[in-house]
Amino acid sequence: MSKSASINSSREAMTAADVSRAIVRIAHEIVERNHGVEGLAIVGLQRGGVWIAEAITEQINKIETSVAVPVGALDVSLHRDDIGLRPVSLGAISNIPFDLSGATVVLVDDVLYTGRTVRAAMEGLNNYGRPRAVQLAVLVDRGHRELPIRPDFVGKNLPTHNKDEVSATAAGVFVAPHSEVGK
Amino acid sequence: MSQSIVIKGATVVNRESQQVADVKIENGFVVEVAKNLKGDLQLDASGCIVSSGFVDLHAHLREPGKEEAETIETGSRAGALGGYTALVAMPNTDPPQDSVAVIDFVREQGKRAGLVDVVPSGCITLGRQGESLAPMAELSLAGVTLFTDDGNGVQDAALMRRALEYARGLGVTLAQHCEVAELTKGAVMNECSCCTDLGLPGWPAIAEELMVFRDIELVRITGASMHFLHLSTKRSVELVRAAKRDGLPITAEVTPHHLSLTQELLASYDSVYKVNPPLRSAEDIRALKDGLRDGTIDAIATDHAPHPRRDKEMSLDLAPPGMLGLETALGVVLAEGMCEIRDVVALMSWNPAKIARIGSTHGLDVVAGANANLCVFDPELTWSVDPDRLASKSTNTPYAGKTLRGRVRHTIFKGTATVIDGQAQK
Amino acid sequence: MKHLRSIDELGLDGLTGLLQLTDHMAEINQRPVPKVPALRGRTVASLFFEDSTRTRLSFETAAKRLSADTMTFNVSTSSVNKGESLRDTVATITDMGVDAFVVRHKSVGIPWQISQWTTASIINAGDGAHQHPTQALVDCYTIREATHAQSFAGMKIAIVGDIKHSRVARSNIQAFSLLGAKVTLVAPPTLLPPDVSHWPVTVAHKLDEVIGQTDVLYMLRLQSERMAQGHVPTLREYSEQYGLTHKRVLALKSDAIVMHPGPMNRGVEMQIDPSDVKNSLIHRQVANGVSVRMAVLFELLGSGSNLGGQA
Repeated sequence: MSKSASINSSREAMTAADVSRAIVRIAHEIVERNHGVEGLAIVGLQRGGVWIAEAITEQINKIETSVAVPVGALDVSLHRDDIGLRPVSLGAISNIPFDLSGATVVLVDDVLYTGRTVRAAMEGLNNYGRPRAVQLAVLVDRGHRELPIRPDFVGKNLPTHNKDEVSATAAGVFVAPHSEVGK
Repeated sequence: MSQSIVIKGATVVNRESQQVADVKIENGFVVEVAKNLKGDLQLDASGCIVSSGFVDLHAHLREPGKEEAETIETGSRAGALGGYTALVAMPNTDPPQDSVAVIDFVREQGKRAGLVDVVPSGCITLGRQGESLAPMAELSLAGVTLFTDDGNGVQDAALMRRALEYARGLGVTLAQHCEVAELTKGAVMNECSCCTDLGLPGWPAIAEELMVFRDIELVRITGASMHFLHLSTKRSVELVRAAKRDGLPITAEVTPHHLSLTQELLASYDSVYKVNPPLRSAEDIRALKDGLRDGTIDAIATDHAPHPRRDKEMSLDLAPPGMLGLETALGVVLAEGMCEIRDVVALMSWNPAKIARIGSTHGLDVVAGANANLCVFDPELTWSVDPDRLASKSTNTPYAGKTLRGRVRHTIFKGTATVIDGQAQK
Repeated sequence: MKHLRSIDELGLDGLTGLLQLTDHMAEINQRPVPKVPALRGRTVASLFFEDSTRTRLSFETAAKRLSADTMTFNVSTSSVNKGESLRDTVATITDMGVDAFVVRHKSVGIPWQISQWTTASIINAGDGAHQHPTQALVDCYTIREATHAQSFAGMKIAIVGDIKHSRVARSNIQAFSLLGAKVTLVAPPTLLPPDVSHWPVTVAHKLDEVIGQTDVLYMLRLQSERMAQGHVPTLREYSEQYGLTHKRVLALKSDAIVMHPGPMNRGVEMQIDPSDVKNSLIHRQVANGVSVRMAVLFELLGSGSNLGGQA
């Protein structure tokens, strides 16, 4: 979520190994919950969710080799509900090169916070077809939800202060405390 | 019983002399120029210049027909505040000044306002249509001495030749707005690199110069006297300079805006800068100033052209051309600093009074016995132009917010103070 | 960015930023449901004083795909020839709650005048022979799409025809030059502005002399009234000298691109069917029009670029 939080002043909430174990576990849970991979599609949210979606898909395709699960990327900037309230920075261009109609779509993001990004993503998904079901996987759930959204698959539940900044990369998950931000 | 006025402590600028003195006025005339005079009304003028009142050869007073833009009264007041005691009213009114009735009306309205002498000019052609001559003899009997179709140039060379021949017989002067209309169709601004960028049709210098050239040659064969209105290009100045060298009875004027503003201002898309002829280049300005200094150009005339705000709010192509001038002319000329005070008085009072043939009452030296049409101005005072505080009914001044140097303090018209300390007295 | 009135006002950064944003919009237009809620609650009014169904539709489609509401005022020029009426019209529509005006007018500078009378953003959809910035963006985007070039450095672009009266040419000369292209204007002197010495262009009077070296051949529309105004003696003569004929198509470089802002005058500047040209991008120009205008609307109304602060 944050590019400004400096690792030096941050608390390490997950190590690189923790992150990679969580991704493997989430992949297993997705396959288990859906009784296989039939009709499954993974969509990562720009920007932070895309690499996780790709990693999860790689794991799923190792677990179940019968069908290759497709993976896409969705930029939700133009679906957000705060357009005009703050400057928009667009992620990479959306790329969903498969039909979502009838699919079970797992949305993947790095950090679940207010839930507004996920709401925008669910709306954006509908532009590409009508999925049979939409599930949500996140590496970190940091709380402070503002919308009735609950993840289906969670790497780690992480209690945070409202103003902390959380960064999640393959190198680990770090929390920059509120007081450190902006220094 | 008229009260006496004394202008205290100004530098009296006359043709052959300059001296600091008091000027006493009584019963419409200057009665004494000397030190330590006393009168019923004493006007402080220390640090100021007193000269004959200015004469504008070129004012659009809009009445009759477009009273929304200006009336003879509001235009006269603007004139008085600008130091003018006589305004030549341009004939492009509605109805146009091509009949004795309209001429008389304009003159009467001027008298009623009582702030300046309003000197109506007459049309050269009926309705300024450029097709047949206006009743110039009748108009001349009604006192018209200057004829022009200003706003239009007389396009037909044969008709212009006849007009000049006829004018010679009447002893009147024709004043030409030089514009070959075929070359300026739809034109908005000077033809230049700027109009290339804006995609606007250009008003080429040649459209003015061709007519200047044609009319000089027509003067050469007819012998009539001719005045060129608002010259704006370098080549026009050169043509007139050569014609004067040949001894032809030609005079010429320039406007303050053509001496101070350039074509690039149109890039603001503000139609306040649209004027006819259009603002030209810096090089043209240099040539016009040279013309002023060497006597090629005889007069500075305002081409005061009021337009209501809603007309000037139109796009550049649709908005009417023209800008206010009466109240800013002196300040612009002095701010440009191109000539001595004495030359300014010559260009704004002595010469135009002669061209308008009102030299018996205007443009006189400030000496005992002269008609008391006087202007008192502070040549150093700087002031900022606020369009909403001008006396004109319109606000289309291109100098809004600009700082000018030199401002009229008092104006005396027919022995009465029309302006005291920059305030119009009626 | 508050307004888009000219390419000059946009500058190189603004231009490349909008081209990048257009990529996003193009993706949206590829979706089965090509619509995003980005400008929900915003209102875009098209104020067209000159007929132009295609430009107006392109803008309105763009606005709708971003979920903005649209209003259309088709004002005949005759009913609004007084400044007061135009000002009143703008004020009235502003009072209805409008976030942007898309303005086309036959008079130069109208978008600048209008922006003094409203708090809404102004998008110039063509003012006289002056500017048509969204067309230039469309053309740059289309060339970029076809050549995959981020910069036009070294690219030779010939603009052929009535430069003098063309707002498309004025915007494109600025935009192409900003991106680094070498622009050549090809026209008879009567269809060139009086003085182009300060423009970053070279001028040619013979199409056949430049056609073989041209990477992009940009044909302008010649309006038939130019003949009546004496700019060209006959349309036949014009099309012989400056029209795109089969013979000239053969003279083009094999990878040269042909463009036209539309609507085409078949038989005048286009003596051939555009589909006869291998690399005609004329249909891409139309298709990209919507994406580019979405990018412009979003940049002005949604990007928050006026808000300041960091992303």
